[in-house]
Amino acid sequence: MKSTRFLQLLSGTVLLAGFWTWLSTGAHLGWTQNQIRVTELDEITGIEAVRFVPGFVAGVDFLALALGATAAVAGLAWWLGRRTAQNAQA
Amino acid sequence: MKAKLLLASLLATSATLLTAAPLSFDFKDPKGVNTAQFHLDAPLEAISGSGNGIAGTVSFDPANPAAVSGTITLDTASLNVPNDTMRSHLHGDNWLDVATYPTITFKAKSVSAATTTGATTKAEVTGDLTVKDVTKTVTIPVTLTYLPGKLADRTGGAMQGDLLVLRSAFSINRSDYHIMAGQNTDTVAEQIDLTFALAGAAAR
Repeated sequence: MKSTRFLQLLSGTVLLAGFWTWLSTGAHLGWTQNQIRVTELDEITGIEAVRFVPGFVAGVDFLALALGATAAVAGLAWWLGRRTAQNAQA
Repeated sequence: MKAKLLLASLLATSATLLTAAPLSFDFKDPKGVNTAQFHLDAPLEAISGSGNGIAGTVSFDPANPAAVSGTITLDTASLNVPNDTMRSHLHGDNWLDVATYPTITFKAKSVSAATTTGATTKAEVTGDLTVKDVTKTVTIPVTLTYLPGKLADRTGGAMQGDLLVLRSAFSINRSDYHIMAGQNTDTVAEQIDLTFALAGAAAR
């Protein structure tokens, strides 16, 4: 029973953490990025230089992974709870 | 007296010839602002990236801006996108194959429709564009901006000289250059939009 409860809480935490990460990094509707595009204006030439710096932006694939993990853990909790109930009945 | 006049005349002629000589601009920019950007449409998110590995030399005559010539190269390994998986695909054998084809090259052959307004010259430049194992003659719009004496501003006075800024935007088809020709057309657009903004320096 304890492990079922733990897995239910874990699935909720994974869902919230995944959604919060996605929102807090800009709710990006594209792919997850692990480098961020930054621009810098060179005042003499007027050229806007583009560089990539290390960073993290969660994309829809990250969100899908979080939802998948949530579903897996919640499914495991449900299965474990069902098995425990069946064993108790027996 | 005659000898002095002759010498003065020779010096004046030499000075004129020297000032009229085309300047050679080196595009290996130590500040690393030179940027080539690319853009391909894709269903979820457009693929946009850039590269800073620019090199090459351009000959430019301020007295005759239409007589520009030279070669610009882009180090393909310097091309970057915001996602590691996408970058490894881009550099891999199927796409740019950077290990086999380390550079993309444009060699200018002729200039047409040149118009100069102040320091800026707009022209159509025809040249050979080499991507992977394919070389095609293309005509691209180029804007050249000549900035005399501006190298000192850029180097904090360490070097004297001029700057030349080149800008161009044009499109190519990836199948024309053996970049996954005829493949993944439902997930990645056939057309690649390219934008270049480059600064070259001619030290004096």
